[in-house]
Amino acid sequence: MIGDIVERAVHLILNGDRELFGIIALSLQVSGSALIISSVLAIPLATIIGLSKFHLNSFLVNVMNTFMGLPPVVVGLILYILLSRNGVLGFLGLLYTPTAMIIAQSILAFPIVVSLCHTAIVGIDPVIKQAAEALGATRFQTALLVIREARYGILSAIIAALGRLMSEVGAILIVGGNIAGYTRVMTTTIAMEADKGNFEMAVALGLILLLISMVINLLLQRVQTKKMKSTAL
Amino acid sequence: MRLQLRLSNIRKSYRNVSVLIDCTYNFDNTGVYVIMGKNGSGKSTLLRIAALLESPNYGSVEYYINGVLQRTDIQLKRRITIVLPKIGVFNTSVYTNVAFGLKIRGLRGKELDERVRDVLSFVGLHHKIKQNALTLSSGETQRLGIARAIAINPAFLFLDEPTSFIDEENTKVIEDIILQLKDDKKSTIIMTTHDKNQAERLGDFILLLNKGMLFPGDKQAQNTLFSSSYLENI
Repeated sequence: MIGDIVERAVHLILNGDRELFGIIALSLQVSGSALIISSVLAIPLATIIGLSKFHLNSFLVNVMNTFMGLPPVVVGLILYILLSRNGVLGFLGLLYTPTAMIIAQSILAFPIVVSLCHTAIVGIDPVIKQAAEALGATRFQTALLVIREARYGILSAIIAALGRLMSEVGAILIVGGNIAGYTRVMTTTIAMEADKGNFEMAVALGLILLLISMVINLLLQRVQTKKMKSTAL
Repeated sequence: MRLQLRLSNIRKSYRNVSVLIDCTYNFDNTGVYVIMGKNGSGKSTLLRIAALLESPNYGSVEYYINGVLQRTDIQLKRRITIVLPKIGVFNTSVYTNVAFGLKIRGLRGKELDERVRDVLSFVGLHHKIKQNALTLSSGETQRLGIARAIAINPAFLFLDEPTSFIDEENTKVIEDIILQLKDDKKSTIIMTTHDKNQAERLGDFILLLNKGMLFPGDKQAQNTLFSSSYLENI
């Protein structure tokens, strides 16, 4: 049984099944776009929270920490309601499109990136900030320096978020609709094949997904060992 | 165009504990001012306030050029700098550490490169230019801090305990650096130390900080104070 599944997976990859590659490509595209969008918004926010002294800061961090565990189905459902024809954002016509999936995943990744980046930024020794100010840096220049100092932590945050997005199924299934050749991604395909009783295919796809996750984790590990090296000295 | 500093009635307390009670002094000359005092006497606090890194609870920190009060803006802040006891090493090469202050002032290319190399030669770190700055010894780290500060040609250079945590050899190197800067007569150096011999070796003006107050005095007066072991008793 296991041999069959692995054979199937290898066969699927080697034979260059066009549909499969389309599915993998869309998975990477949706999760990658969501990751970029959420990071671009989250890193500045995390930096502002980390470097400023607003009263709201600890509350915001709490909210972000809570939202890190946001169930994807709930996000999918709320977005579905907003994007459906009668919804507030129904006029955009985004339901069952890759864009809707990107929005859903951006929402999921955002708190993860904010929270982990915030941890990385507050972890930077305040002396660094003072040194930058003493050398005549503006607040913006100081913030850029602190981001650079926190780069390994920030990179880890981004990779962690990508891991979550690549494995996510609930939200994109609801707002994407798993339409063949349009909104079908790895995880929704696996769910569907399992439903159809097509276990071999489902597990084979699962293996490929696992392989991608493994590459992501290897990256994470490399970043972290590099970080440990640089802080140990 | 010389920058002058006037501290008037500086008062500072942390959580109701008074650190500085009433510090007044005019730093009008170039050269080396040494502020002496026991641990916890408020030397660092005074230096941080004078360097505009912190605000006093009361009193004023004013910089003048030819008697004209300068606005406390980024332009002024960029003419003064402080090297803290923990210098705050940036996790990057020695070169990039020194280049930071210059880059944020818009210096680029050959000019930047030459300046960084000059300064690193000056403090004797040119052979470590590509090394990650976090791997430097504590003496080298302190020299890096000074290099980073003098790269920007400050009119006022504050050095907070520049030789406290380092060995004799590096202390000598740093003292030589300070003496050379003193000979250049380009900047006013205000440093703290609790080593009275060092204060004598380096200082043109020696000030004592005791019980939150700053006592000025000329060198001769200080010598009398030293000889009467005044320092041990305060």
